[in-house]
Amino acid sequence: MAFSVCVVFSVLVSTAAVTLRPIQEINKLLDKKKNILQAAGLMQEGKSVDDLFAAVEAKVVDLASGEYVAELDPETYEQREAVKDPSLSVEISGGALAGIKRRAKYAPVYLVAGKAGVDRVILPVHGKGLWSTLYGFIALDAKDMSTIKGLVFYEHAETPGLGGEVDNPNWKALWNGKMAFGAKGDVRIEVIRGSVVPGRPGSQHQVDGLSGATITSRGVSGLLKYWLGPKGFGPYLDKMRT
Amino acid sequence: MGKSREALLSPIFNQNPIALQILGICSALAVTSKLETAVTMCFAVIFVTAFSGASVSLIRNHIPSSIRIIVQMTIIASLVIVVDQFLKAYAFDMSKQLSVFVGLIITNCIVMGRAEAFAMKEGVGLSFLDGVGNGLGYSIILLVVGVIRELFGSGQLFGQEILAMASTGGWYVPNGLLLLPPSAFFIIGGFIWVLRSFKTEQIEEEG
Repeated sequence: MAFSVCVVFSVLVSTAAVTLRPIQEINKLLDKKKNILQAAGLMQEGKSVDDLFAAVEAKVVDLASGEYVAELDPETYEQREAVKDPSLSVEISGGALAGIKRRAKYAPVYLVAGKAGVDRVILPVHGKGLWSTLYGFIALDAKDMSTIKGLVFYEHAETPGLGGEVDNPNWKALWNGKMAFGAKGDVRIEVIRGSVVPGRPGSQHQVDGLSGATITSRGVSGLLKYWLGPKGFGPYLDKMRT
Repeated sequence: MGKSREALLSPIFNQNPIALQILGICSALAVTSKLETAVTMCFAVIFVTAFSGASVSLIRNHIPSSIRIIVQMTIIASLVIVVDQFLKAYAFDMSKQLSVFVGLIITNCIVMGRAEAFAMKEGVGLSFLDGVGNGLGYSIILLVVGVIRELFGSGQLFGQEILAMASTGGWYVPNGLLLLPPSAFFIIGGFIWVLRSFKTEQIEEEG
């Protein structure tokens, strides 16, 4: 009796899982592409994600040297899986900024082609907020590698209405045109408390804080400082500037 | 006919699983900040309660009583996994928002409670209807809570703006409390109060 129940239901579950897997994989990939396009500001209603993604070239970067890694296929390389693999990740001390203990040695980058060569560069970032790790993408202008074109988080579990406002389109729009780096090449971008006063020195490096979400705001500042800094994409960004 | 009608309809108000039996309120708190997720959750729960009731009832006379809970859990868990897989395949954005709460239908006391209390004793058709009825009873609370929370918490219904928000130049200043899980407690409490004012036989005796 118990045996036949097990057989019937294991067949049911495995059939559902196996037959639906291909559709689920497509959805996951599509979702990732959609987020990259949103960070780049390329998302348009009514156009297929795959068509729009044709303008994007994916590459894998060795974070320590800033060089491209030809051996890894950006289509299949999973940064989040690599963090768990000791041979593909390193323990980090300066990660306190982003609240993470390990990071992958390699990270994918996405180059968006414009009229004259590469127009925008999209980098994956992640770090701790209040409840969760926020995963997202930041888009930089390829001309100076400092002007921010967009920031989106595609996965987080911050409080809806408070820290969850990182998804608010009005707040996301504030990032466009901000400068990530100061004159000396140091990471200056930060989410401040309260509102930015336009025209005050440094306001081009500041973004309004999320009210009621101090820790999430701090988390966003911290993760950007880490990933854009010398221990994150710093070497790669230096290479791109020259 | 009278019996099947009762199996289907009485759980909606007279024997409401959330309001009277106070079962399954955990997910009622978690998925109701938006109506869209609440509706998806309702369909998932109706599907699981209906088919788990029917399946348990189908084999009720063959289940050894010592392992009946495990057998019920196997059935329920399998059905929930199937629902979860379908959502991941055909409603990916929705399944991302519902995240663990689809999986947690397994531990929703309503499903288990109906399998044990009803499906173990009654026929297949009746158990199926009882499952649908209890799913609907759960849904009605989720929908009421979802409408109130989304409308007053973010000025929207199904993601469409209803009340013009102050942050985009309108007049409505949203109530942030309604976006947080505890607000569902207050709304469910209010619902039970209203329900028991009309149906006084539901009031429990004190003492």
